[in-house]
Amino acid sequence: MRVRVDSVSKVYPAPAGGRLVALENVSLDVHDGEFVTILGPSGCGKSTLLQVVAGLEAPTRGRVTFEGAPLGAALTAVVFQEHALFPWRTVRDNVTFGLEVRGIPGAERLAVSRQLLALVGLEGFADRYPHHLSGGMRQRVAIARALAVEPALLLMDEPFSALDAQSRALMQLELLAIWERTRRSILYVTHQIQEAVLLGDRVVVMTRRPGRILAVRPVPLPRPRDERTMLDPAFVSLVDECWQLIKHDAREALSDAR
Amino acid sequence: MRDDAGQPIVYEGAPAPAERPAWLLGGAALVLVGLVWEAIARLGWVPALFLPAPTAILAEAGRMTRSGELWRHLGVSLGRVGLGFGLGAAVGTSLGLLLGSSRTLWAIGNPLIAATYPIPKIALLPLMILWLGIGEAPKVAMIALGVFFPVVINAYAGVRGTDPLMVKAAKSLGAVRWQVIVKVVLPSALPTILAGYRLGAGIALLLVVSAEMINATSGIGFLILHSGDLMLTGKLMVGLATLSLLGLASTWGLRTLEAWLAPWKEEERG
Repeated sequence: MRVRVDSVSKVYPAPAGGRLVALENVSLDVHDGEFVTILGPSGCGKSTLLQVVAGLEAPTRGRVTFEGAPLGAALTAVVFQEHALFPWRTVRDNVTFGLEVRGIPGAERLAVSRQLLALVGLEGFADRYPHHLSGGMRQRVAIARALAVEPALLLMDEPFSALDAQSRALMQLELLAIWERTRRSILYVTHQIQEAVLLGDRVVVMTRRPGRILAVRPVPLPRPRDERTMLDPAFVSLVDECWQLIKHDAREALSDAR
Repeated sequence: MRDDAGQPIVYEGAPAPAERPAWLLGGAALVLVGLVWEAIARLGWVPALFLPAPTAILAEAGRMTRSGELWRHLGVSLGRVGLGFGLGAAVGTSLGLLLGSSRTLWAIGNPLIAATYPIPKIALLPLMILWLGIGEAPKVAMIALGVFFPVVINAYAGVRGTDPLMVKAAKSLGAVRWQVIVKVVLPSALPTILAGYRLGAGIALLLVVSAEMINATSGIGFLILHSGDLMLTGKLMVGLATLSLLGLASTWGLRTLEAWLAPWKEEERG
């Protein structure tokens, strides 16, 4: 299975009659079992790219192709930034939502939810509602919910950016462990350089206005990775290289009058 | 400049003041008012014609319950409220959901609602009587109209207030249009719709009493007006107490319904 993003552009009409080029001519492949991170400053269109790949937004030009995707299965599932769990559903019913809308019978749904809640370490919380959970636990549920439909490509849109720094660090390690166990293809959007380098097999660096791919860097760090990976000189130098690449755009984003 | 410069500033530890539960204070106030009232009546400072003692009102309530008088009036009023509320809530909810899911329908319906909403619904009674004759129909219709407005507006607001992120999440997980409506928009709008019912219930009570005072031979509103005319202050007071209990009961009932239908909102209810 391979996902090809081919010359995708996305243009929005701007309020003053102009045009906002969110994505310009973005091409990108995600291979089977690959973890690709997209790194860029805020406003670089990386979330837009994710929504286009998810089929939630149509590209203005270009196309997204899923080659050799298994028939009938889900192509993608998205883990959003925060608060995207259904508050009126228990943890279990959140996890099985995607199976429910596909008409999968209850017994099977129950089995899947058990297995996935065990995977994300939330066995005892199946009957709780999201508001009972901490931010980190909620994002674990969101991950389990997305994995339940067995997507060919898992899309993650800054899933840990709303968490406090320590929870975020723990969730990154947790995600690495989940990925080791499932080896699912992941496209992961973030503005955090350390996160992009720690998680990804490849880091795709984007510029802002228009959103374009500036550079693609393979991450030469061995797996499985953990917190000691961040002490590796190769990690430090790649983080620095990425920072040099996006520094200018990040400054610009900072001084942007909203 | 402070003249005590050089003095250390000290915040001393102090035990947290003991907190009295709110219900205790409220209950005490209620009992106190009752006792003062009873004393005023017993001492004859105010004639019983104007202010019967609480115990006398209780005794009157006992008599009216045993004779069935209170039940008859209560039954009639509840019937009118039930029918009017059911009708207004059903039509209001369906129409609100429709208006919320279509911009075109909202563009058509909004000016109509905005133009008719400000009319105090009791003012419609003469028109209703003209259209529907005297009897139960005009009262029920007026209550239904009174309930309709808050319900339709809340149902609309509930649908429009659905978080677009929820809709995206559902779509990304494979939900099709009707599934998004049934599994996302409806549950998300439910608490707002129920809040509309609570508003509607209050209005229904107000309207049934008003209608019964204008044009009726039974019901709590009639009981109050009629007792006043005959200077049967005890009966009048029993009628007022019944309305108070009715209001409390409807609020409590709808809150219980909400807790059962929307358990995820418990945090916000506190």
